[in-house]
Amino acid sequence: MPGTPLPDAEQLLKALTDQMRPEVGPETGLIGIHTGGVWIAQRLHRDLKLKVPLGTLDVSFYRDDYEKIGLHRDVKTSDIPFEVEGRHLVLVDDVLYTGRTIRAAMNELFDYGRPASIRLAALVDRGGRELPVAAQFLGATITVPPNHNIELKRDSNGRLALALSGDEHVA
Amino acid sequence: MWLDPANPQLNKNGELHHLLTLEGLPAEILWQILDTAKSFVGVTQREVKKVPLLRGKSIFNLFFEPSTRTRTTFEIAAKRLSADVINLAINVSSQTKGESVLDTVANLAAMNADMFVVRHAASGAPHLIARHVAPEIHVINAGDGRHAHPTQGLLDMFTIRHYKKDFSKLRVAIVGDILHSRVARSQIHALTTLGCPEIRVIGPKTLLPSHVENLGVHVYHEMRKGLKDVDVVMMLRLQNERMQGPLLPSAQEFYKYYGLTEDKLALARPDAIVLHPGPMNRGVEIDSSVADGRQSVILPQVTFGIAIRMAVMSILAGN
Repeated sequence: MPGTPLPDAEQLLKALTDQMRPEVGPETGLIGIHTGGVWIAQRLHRDLKLKVPLGTLDVSFYRDDYEKIGLHRDVKTSDIPFEVEGRHLVLVDDVLYTGRTIRAAMNELFDYGRPASIRLAALVDRGGRELPVAAQFLGATITVPPNHNIELKRDSNGRLALALSGDEHVA
Repeated sequence: MWLDPANPQLNKNGELHHLLTLEGLPAEILWQILDTAKSFVGVTQREVKKVPLLRGKSIFNLFFEPSTRTRTTFEIAAKRLSADVINLAINVSSQTKGESVLDTVANLAAMNADMFVVRHAASGAPHLIARHVAPEIHVINAGDGRHAHPTQGLLDMFTIRHYKKDFSKLRVAIVGDILHSRVARSQIHALTTLGCPEIRVIGPKTLLPSHVENLGVHVYHEMRKGLKDVDVVMMLRLQNERMQGPLLPSAQEFYKYYGLTEDKLALARPDAIVLHPGPMNRGVEIDSSVADGRQSVILPQVTFGIAIRMAVMSILAGN
């Protein structure tokens, strides 16, 4: 595969945790986006010792590519087990790319209430933004070869790793 | 638009384009609908019960036969998907002026319909419409004659799965007027496809279709035998119009032999659940104490019915 080797996801996660520690409080709501974002959010939630239960989002019902590619096959359930209204939130995703997933996630969150603020944490930023979206907490910026996709994997021990794959549906 | 001649609900990728019947649908599609509906149950419990998926789409509820609950749940489902819904009760409009079904549909299609939800007293009417609409239009059968009521069958499966988790060990009884019931047919096809090992049908000989056992079900004429150790009891509505005919002596006699009472239900497993598609005839096919009792899941069925219809509409419109 051309280009530089992919960074170690576990190290990136540690860097992300350290960045976030001084910036989150006991009432901060953490919300992971399915599927990779939820894995990261679970680890952040544990390591940052957050009190508010973890939220999860599946943005399938808010995606802007529904007209093009239809409903995603494997829709997960969104679960926000806390009051969104007036709360400071951090959205968590694995790979930040076009920004469309984050747009969809924000639209969905506003159907739960009006948060005080939303910040974004991402493990990696691969560039290619199509919307004005930026991460406030970020593991690393990486370059991905054209027509390739980057994915987060989790093994049976819960260890996270980044993997490069040929382009199928880049979301 | 190419549709599979053997199963005209499916497009060339094997995806659902119309929903006309559960017969012959692959298990994978049934599971996809049930899984998607589960995510929609979460949406319907939120403060804002809408998602933007079908924004700008026009869905026509074409009811050639009266219905309150089914039409309302389709309407709510479409509105929660942000679609525009137009309700047409056709038995009181164009049909009385002599317009054919296909002309009615063609006129509505010319008003830029994206989806038709069709209820009709004639079996096969939704198929006929599906064959004649433009390729980008989707058709959902909301009950046709004695043939099929696929969204009812799906919401029943959703309800069973919700309470029983797994179909592979279940014993299910369907009780009452199987002969005239499109609901029973859809239930039997869905249960079979989802791997339910034992389906029983219980009813008098006059209300069971001949050769019903060819569908893979076990036939019982005695309710007390048929309900023994079942996990799920699915009651059917006894349609009032049948009571005037020669098939039944009287509603009282039907209640005596086939009405679900507490003492008959006691023969089923203690954790058995009771379903009914509505509208119920209390004191005919079901006793009030059972309908309102702890084993009844009749009202959850209605709630789940909205999520199922949201799932079907959003999967179809995206394919």
